[in-house]
Amino acid sequence: MSGVVWRLLGRREALLSLLYFIAIVGAAVFARLLFSIDPLEQDLGNTLDPPSWKHWFGTDELGRDLMVRTVYGARTSLLTAAGAVLIAASVGVPIGLVAGFFGGWRDGLLMRVVDVLLALPGILFAMALIAVLGRSQMTALVAVGITGIPSFARVTRAQVLSLRQRDFVLAVEALGGSATYNIFRTVLPNAWSPILVQMVILASVAILLEAALSFLGVGIPPPTPSWGDMLRTGKGFLHEAPYYAVLPGIVLTCTILALDTLGRALAAVLEAPEPGMAPPDGEGP
Amino acid sequence: MTDAPVVSVRGLDITFAGRIHAVRGVDFDVFAGEVLGIVGESGSGKSVTALALSGLLPPVARVTGSVRLGGIEVTSADAETLRQMRGRDVGMIFQDPATTLNPLLPVGRQITEGQIAHGTLRAGDAEARAVALLREVDIPDPEGRVRQYPHQFSGGMRQRAVIAMAMAGRPRLIIADEPTTALDVTVQAQVLAVLARRREETGAAVILITHDLGVVAETAHRVAVMYGGRIVETGPVEEIFRRPRHPYTAALLRSLPRIDGEDARLIQIEGQPPTPGALPAGCVFHPRCPVGRARAQCRETEPPPVPPGALVGAACHFPDEAGDALAPTVAAKAAAPVASAAPPLLEVSNLHVAFPIRGGLLRRQIGTVRAVAGVNLTLRPGETLGLVGESGCGKTTTGRAIMGLIRPSAGSVRFDGQEIGGLRPKEMRRLRRHMQYIFQDPYSSLNPLLTAGQIVAEPLRIHGVFETMGGDAYVRGLFDRVGLSAGMIARTPRDFSGGQRQRIGIARALALQPRLLILDEPVAALDVSIQAQIVTLLQDLQRDLGLAYLFIAHDLAVVRHISDRVAVMYLGRIVETRQKGALYRQPLHPYTQSLLSAVPVPDPAARGGRGRIVLEGDPPNPARPPSGCAFHPRCRQAVAACSAEAPALLAIAGEAGMVACPLAEAGA
Repeated sequence: MSGVVWRLLGRREALLSLLYFIAIVGAAVFARLLFSIDPLEQDLGNTLDPPSWKHWFGTDELGRDLMVRTVYGARTSLLTAAGAVLIAASVGVPIGLVAGFFGGWRDGLLMRVVDVLLALPGILFAMALIAVLGRSQMTALVAVGITGIPSFARVTRAQVLSLRQRDFVLAVEALGGSATYNIFRTVLPNAWSPILVQMVILASVAILLEAALSFLGVGIPPPTPSWGDMLRTGKGFLHEAPYYAVLPGIVLTCTILALDTLGRALAAVLEAPEPGMAPPDGEGP
Repeated sequence: MTDAPVVSVRGLDITFAGRIHAVRGVDFDVFAGEVLGIVGESGSGKSVTALALSGLLPPVARVTGSVRLGGIEVTSADAETLRQMRGRDVGMIFQDPATTLNPLLPVGRQITEGQIAHGTLRAGDAEARAVALLREVDIPDPEGRVRQYPHQFSGGMRQRAVIAMAMAGRPRLIIADEPTTALDVTVQAQVLAVLARRREETGAAVILITHDLGVVAETAHRVAVMYGGRIVETGPVEEIFRRPRHPYTAALLRSLPRIDGEDARLIQIEGQPPTPGALPAGCVFHPRCPVGRARAQCRETEPPPVPPGALVGAACHFPDEAGDALAPTVAAKAAAPVASAAPPLLEVSNLHVAFPIRGGLLRRQIGTVRAVAGVNLTLRPGETLGLVGESGCGKTTTGRAIMGLIRPSAGSVRFDGQEIGGLRPKEMRRLRRHMQYIFQDPYSSLNPLLTAGQIVAEPLRIHGVFETMGGDAYVRGLFDRVGLSAGMIARTPRDFSGGQRQRIGIARALALQPRLLILDEPVAALDVSIQAQIVTLLQDLQRDLGLAYLFIAHDLAVVRHISDRVAVMYLGRIVETRQKGALYRQPLHPYTQSLLSAVPVPDPAARGGRGRIVLEGDPPNPARPPSGCAFHPRCRQAVAACSAEAPALLAIAGEAGMVACPLAEAGA
């Protein structure tokens, strides 16, 4: 496993993405230590100030520091994304495991449910759920998580189907191992890599979806700082204060780009053969 | 042979990534009309040599030395020259015909593509030429087949089409890299016959690369034996097989189970073939060599290579001792006589396995593949029953159904008097302690995430008996039992070679002290010298532990070596089951007869001596089996009655055996 980490860091784009991501996470976690200003503190004398040494990203229409709000917004976004990925994986992975391992009617039933979920446009589904449950960070998190279930179920099922054909999975069955033993001790540990990749990729999708919900005004309720909400309000001041929407937007874009790049690099590293293999030479069948 | 050679290789040396020295100073010549067999195990450098000859090596390979082919220096030629050369001067036949042909182009287009590209054939004449080429390689109905796609061809027909393609431009050299390894033995016989005939007709030189000494003995004129990236011995085929000069050649020949041989214990070459990344100092073979292992000269200095251009020679310090060092130690299987009165351990009766074929929009069942159609077997304690047949005959399905890994559609399997079919999952799991399965592919049958020790201990932990059986000490004992050092316990499967992995698989199967092992092609994926090690290990284990084996294989020589009785399967049924000696001496069923006659024997003196029955056609599709006797469309002796009714498996008069052919009974 350490080999995978080193080969991942050997890729320049992965290293850059990882550094950026660590910086964002670090800033979000230690926001209280980094900034003495409260993200909700208003300064009505200095509204819509352009970027300056005092306010690097400028201030908003209530005089709140945009840099601080962006960093606290990262907190909201990352937390929502992490929770959503957790929900999606903890429901989707077991579905995929059962469907792929047993096949038959279980596969048919579970995958039809997943297909129904997949057929609903994610954002509409999330908005409907929020309309029913009310607007809160938890609702946004659950809504985004549910839309992520199908991708985990499908990725896991595909991996399990191919592992099911491998002799070492059959061998455990031949040794007298129960299905539960086989699924958790043999299949799941060998199926981790694509699931891990999916987690990273879904995290970027979740951040985007959460931002979109907030942008539409149904996501995280104000005054909690969130990127989508900042874009929505900033849109109204595009002429007077273009930095208001643009700077948080750049941070959002970079975060999604970093996660996506990381996910792709991870997939490439995990799928590539281990280095140091012998050159091809003819052997029996 | 006074002419200039078609291809001349001098001092060929190939390194990958700066440290993997795959080929180290190879010299040879091939003349028009002759077949040079290059023999070697995996990692010997034989395929890399072949790729170098046609300039197909990847750019990371560093090549020195010289390859002269038709006036072109291949090692330094530019891409355009090489492109011109391929197809015109050299044709290639690869191992797997399924991947050599482009699935999106009709076969006829593909086999003339090269000639059109070289401008030697007008596009308008292409189809007529393709039909002629297909006819030359015995493809039935070439006019109809020429427009078909590769998936509509059977494996044997595809390989014949590849031969047609390689020969289309009448090249002076054909390089065939394991051309029949992926094919069944009866189809191999057809393909080799076509290759030999086309060689005679075109006068091309052929380089035949293979691991199969039988194929070499039957088809090659001269042989070069490769080991650790060098040619260790070269000579005319009769000479090599009669009086090998290199201890490796000698040992390889003796380690081979023979279809016509004695039941002597196989000679084993100890250890593993070297990997090109880590070659031993001195003579590369010395760590495994009975002659040189103890000699300082062999440990320190590499013997000089066979001189360039020499027709006979060995790269060995002591070529005269090769033959003597390996006198066969005839310690035949200490025949623990199988008490025929003992109650059978395994009784299979009328076993059927059918798989549904689904199709259409709603995935309705549109047919059935009868993989196993009424198999009867009995196996007594301590006995080995060999189950042989070609691919697709249902032998693996039979093994897995007995093991309970596939649900039979009908029939009964009784283990030690207990019917398996009706068992609940929990009882089935308990029964599995007594029967174990060994898989063909040692690269796929071990969980890559566990250590070797964890893999062997896994069955003990599953059944909750790890501590009662003796814990780690017991696992170490199992490692010792299968010939692995206990120091390897903490390594993961990727650190092991194929043979070692198969030993781990055997140790895992032995852990619960079973009484029956079902071995599904346990040596098919291994090198020849490793095969002998595993077969001998299995024999020793059977003798010491009184195991019963159901040995599933396609290799008739290995089956002959290890079995007490042999059952021959064709298309889901057993056509003949008899004592080993009787079956190999006088096969009764026409299918068994042709199967045995198709096996190449590693003895050039026997070439042509045996009457070969080359079967027509390919094994039929189990989804649409022929009516009556499934073998009748390919049978030489078939009469009208054969297509009407499937013959029953009947006892043979005066012998403990059965055969499913009324004609065989009459003729015997």
